[in-house]
Amino acid sequence: MSDNNAFVRRVAEQKYEHGFTTDVHTEKIPAGLTEDIVRLISAKKGEPEWLLDFRLKAFRHWQTMKQPTWGHVHVPPIDYQAISYYADPMTKRNNAMGDGKGGIDPEVEKTFEKLGIPLEERLALAGVAVDAIMDSVSVKTTYKDKLKELGIIFMSIGEAVREHPDLVKEYLGSVVPYRDNFFAALNSAVFSDGSFVYIPRGVRCPMELSSYFRINAAGTGQFERTLIIADDDSYVSYLEGCTAPMRDENQLHAAIVEIVVKDRAEVKYSTVQNWYPGDEEGKGGVLNLVTKRGDLRGVDSKLSWTQVETGSAITWKYPSCILRGDGSSAEFYSVALTNNYQEADTGTKMIHMGRNTTSTIISKGISAGHSQNSYRGLVRATSQAKGARNYSSCDSLLLGSNCGAHTFPYMDIRNDSAVVEHEATTSKISEAQLLYCNQRGLSTEDAVGLIVNGYAKEVLQKLPMEFAVEAQKLLSVSLEGSVG
Amino acid sequence: MLEIKNLHAKAGDKEILKGVDLTIRDGEIHALMGTNGAGKSTLSNVIVGNPAYEVTEGTITFNGEDLLAMTPDERANAGIFMSFQMPVEIPGVSMTNFIKAAVNAKRKSRGEEPIKPADFIKMIKEKRQLVEMDQKLMSRSVNEGFSGGEKKRNEIFQMAMLEPTFCILDETDSGLDVDALRIVATGFNKLRTAETSGIIITHYQRLLDYIKPDVVHVLIDGRIVKTGGPDLAQKIEEEGFEFIINNS
Repeated sequence: MSDNNAFVRRVAEQKYEHGFTTDVHTEKIPAGLTEDIVRLISAKKGEPEWLLDFRLKAFRHWQTMKQPTWGHVHVPPIDYQAISYYADPMTKRNNAMGDGKGGIDPEVEKTFEKLGIPLEERLALAGVAVDAIMDSVSVKTTYKDKLKELGIIFMSIGEAVREHPDLVKEYLGSVVPYRDNFFAALNSAVFSDGSFVYIPRGVRCPMELSSYFRINAAGTGQFERTLIIADDDSYVSYLEGCTAPMRDENQLHAAIVEIVVKDRAEVKYSTVQNWYPGDEEGKGGVLNLVTKRGDLRGVDSKLSWTQVETGSAITWKYPSCILRGDGSSAEFYSVALTNNYQEADTGTKMIHMGRNTTSTIISKGISAGHSQNSYRGLVRATSQAKGARNYSSCDSLLLGSNCGAHTFPYMDIRNDSAVVEHEATTSKISEAQLLYCNQRGLSTEDAVGLIVNGYAKEVLQKLPMEFAVEAQKLLSVSLEGSVG
Repeated sequence: MLEIKNLHAKAGDKEILKGVDLTIRDGEIHALMGTNGAGKSTLSNVIVGNPAYEVTEGTITFNGEDLLAMTPDERANAGIFMSFQMPVEIPGVSMTNFIKAAVNAKRKSRGEEPIKPADFIKMIKEKRQLVEMDQKLMSRSVNEGFSGGEKKRNEIFQMAMLEPTFCILDETDSGLDVDALRIVATGFNKLRTAETSGIIITHYQRLLDYIKPDVVHVLIDGRIVKTGGPDLAQKIEEEGFEFIINNS
């Protein structure tokens, strides 16, 4: 693998030195959401009948639903008819990071620098040299060959529909049905693309399914759809998202992630999200409304969600787990940081159904500026869930006096043998702590960064190493200007 | 050299320092004694730049520079160190990470490269031993769960790592038993160079038996009312502040 990295770096260095350009594609369909548009999307993707059918059912159901309002967030009115529901990947990438003239937006470049994002990734993220890097025979072949040898399927959902239709058909919508909620119905009707992962029986995926996907992240867009299936005795660690700030002319992001875990299999799913959060006055910014769920169907199956959310104007998501299989265990680790006028209402749902299931929830909220940060969690144990155990720890850290931290824990326990523990703390960085750090030569900004990272350590440690380092820097960068 | 001229300072609406004049030359250690509420801690906090205190009049220069124009971290990197009376806890931040950040902040202010890992490890071991500080404390969060003695020794340990030129010991002896006091004082004396200057704030003679001051001041009601040699501290121990108040 190191040969490939050297090659990639050389190509990247050359392009960087001599400046670079991107082709600016502009393929989009007219705005609006009607049955015809859904058919058009399906046709553009060359989808089979059954998938068009899936979309249409979802669309018709969506039309009967109303946008939910119970979140502790102020979602601005969304005109669903003013959004264009299809754009080709190249266009989306250019919009995300481009300066409109074929180069990288200088603000974005500055952030890349601060976050220490490797050169070749910056270029790939900007859609530049993607052909040279990602299509280079050495890089692509190595990845694909290695995975192919093991029987691992890792491709876009679009490709998977063509090459493995039976697999997709069996599992798509089985964890998050289109009826689940308003945004799930919307996504099911107009989803653009996403990842499909299948790990065969007994196979341990040897690499983080991250680096490869991350580079293509910029092109996937607003209605991502991801489906991960871990067959018996398999293992995979998957990383979604990227620390680089991603702008998008489309504000609404309503993704769905479905995960199926079979007997004695384990899936680790990590997210680092830094979508454009809006300006200092809270104008603009991405609305990140996501439904993520894992169905732990197998005996002794395991799933862990790790998320670092620093971006978006509004983050509204509950990566959840259905602990169906006996002995299954789930974890949710989250750091959600809000600054300026951002709002977050995030948490998890742990539904204990099988016997002797366990779940762990560690949530760290950090509020700064005028933001509002809420943890909302549900721990449910059905009457059948003998021996269910849950431990939840929800901490809030407030920076300044104008922000808010809220906790909405729900417990719905219907089995006498269940053990559920919940701890919560709320704290502020004290003046005394800041003075102590200052007196040792640390600027207030560095002090806050140090303290916040110490606070978030327990969660950051769960990320794959390459991302843990970037996530640390991301927390510091996101707090810039929050301490006077 | 630290020069304080006609310093007036308040906390909230209350004026605490009412015209303090004090000059401390390189190599001099001055003891500052006084009744509770006299303003001893206020003075030390104003020197380090605690924003809770507002300077209403007067100047402070440090090696010719206007100290009051500098932020607290700038003052620290210029060479000022305070051993806090009640060192605060910082959960989640390990001692190792904390002191490394501080060491590197100082180096950066001097235009130096960050310290190399091997050198850093060596430095920690050396300085730890000066104050008989347990290795285990380095992986704990800053001051979290430290005993009183461990906290004060940790202050001197940090002083050893940062090599300041001006040190303020703010009631370092409070809450320490006989042995802890000896360790802390001995540590300080080992670190002290011919150029090191500083202020020792204390109520008692004990610490001054170990760290012999060159000058002793008495602060009462926001002003220095008496200045003398080391024997002044002895006299206060024996007769209290009454005689000073009556004779000034």
